[in-house]
Amino acid sequence: MNDAGSTELRVKAGEQLTFNVEPLLHEIRHGLKRLLETAAATIIDLRSIPLAPGEEERIISELGTGEVQARMSALGPSEIRETRFPGVWLVTHYNSDNEVIGKFIEVCDIPQILKAQAEDIRDGLAQLTARLA
Amino acid sequence: MSNEKTLGEVLRQQGITRRGFLKFCAATASLMALPPAMVPRIAAALENARRPSVIWLSFQECTGCTESLTRSHSPTIEGLIFNAISLDYHHTLQAAAGTHAELAREKAMEENYGNYILVVDGSIPTGNMGFSTIAGISNREMLEEVAKGAAAIVSVGSCAAFGGIPHASPNPTGAVAVTDIIKDKPIINVPGCPPIPVVISGVLAHFLTFGSIPELDALGRPLAFYGKSIHDRCYRRPFYDKGLFAETFDDEGAKLGWCLYKLGCKGPTTYNACATTKWNEGTSFPIESGHPCLGCSEPDFWDGGGFYKAISMPTGDIARTAVYAIGAGAAAGVALGAVNRARKARAVKAHQKVTIDDLEKDS
Repeated sequence: MNDAGSTELRVKAGEQLTFNVEPLLHEIRHGLKRLLETAAATIIDLRSIPLAPGEEERIISELGTGEVQARMSALGPSEIRETRFPGVWLVTHYNSDNEVIGKFIEVCDIPQILKAQAEDIRDGLAQLTARLA
Repeated sequence: MSNEKTLGEVLRQQGITRRGFLKFCAATASLMALPPAMVPRIAAALENARRPSVIWLSFQECTGCTESLTRSHSPTIEGLIFNAISLDYHHTLQAAAGTHAELAREKAMEENYGNYILVVDGSIPTGNMGFSTIAGISNREMLEEVAKGAAAIVSVGSCAAFGGIPHASPNPTGAVAVTDIIKDKPIINVPGCPPIPVVISGVLAHFLTFGSIPELDALGRPLAFYGKSIHDRCYRRPFYDKGLFAETFDDEGAKLGWCLYKLGCKGPTTYNACATTKWNEGTSFPIESGHPCLGCSEPDFWDGGGFYKAISMPTGDIARTAVYAIGAGAAAGVALGAVNRARKARAVKAHQKVTIDDLEKDS
């Protein structure tokens, strides 16, 4: 296949296979308005949406990368990345074999999972207290 | 075996932090097809959930359902759930055999009578009881005995749910589904050949989380996974709506990813989660690989009239020729083979593409 042919095929596939990107971006926009007006968070489970091949990549590429990137190690790694739209986060959970077990778009001040949790703080306090005893 | 500890305690004992637990809950919500907003409720319920005893009986089956579950990515959320249940009997997975295995089953039944979950894969023969036995006990007898003390039954796979392939015509063993024998227990059907692993564990997670069975459809399937047709959730659906179909497996439409309806896709009549949950760690599902849905989570899918025949289209000339052939006897059957061979030869000569009839009919 020559270059012109492959370009034509790519354009066709790109146009025809992508039906979910724009609606999802609208949903995120509504989520951001809601966050500003009522402080309510929106979480979208990317696995619950019937995405065509390449659509997830397009959505993620549209969202881009913002100022904050965090990596968490709990039951395997997790990546928490703010997108170029402040308040829109991409949260990807992996298992210990680095396979994706969950992918969410969170529209919030900060994803809940990034905050230190009371139970873990309590355990840490006990350990530090034992160390100083 | 200890069922006294809560799941929260079990996970903390394994050194899993609260953050890890919240991650587990987020993945579990996704697993159960529940909205992420449910995560706090799931966390609260799972924290205090107690490990239920599970007895898994395998009857007339190919072990594909167990393979589906155990070959999924590991260690996993599914794996964690299996840490959270006490799998007390599974004759394919357990080390014990014979008398010891049966003793484990009897002990689990006695200690958890009225509270254990019974998982069944495989159909049950109703003809000669000798067709399928375990430790000399017929499948039917074992099912009836274990079902008596179960809180709920999960029929995993199309064989346990609907009779499946053993039930396919001419059904030599008189195979039936669990629901044909047990009438007085809540039964959750998780069909599929095999079912998607996360759907199996999602149903167990639901029972573990909420202590109740999920909402079911008319065929006893959890609505969370079987509530929508493959067609309605298929990313190729817009092509169907526009009338853009692949006519053969290698035409331009197939290459452009158009709808596979005319190639026999059973998506419109099949209810399952493949289009969103997908297979192989979310990689793809049959339609994404360019193959029509076989409808494996529907009753009698094996006898549906041909995997490559479109659901609302006539079966075509070959079938009509076949009917005449039956009327005319075996000689005409041979003639039918010759017709197909001649058609293939013509196709080769004219450099035609392989058609569905070529795939369907053996010459």
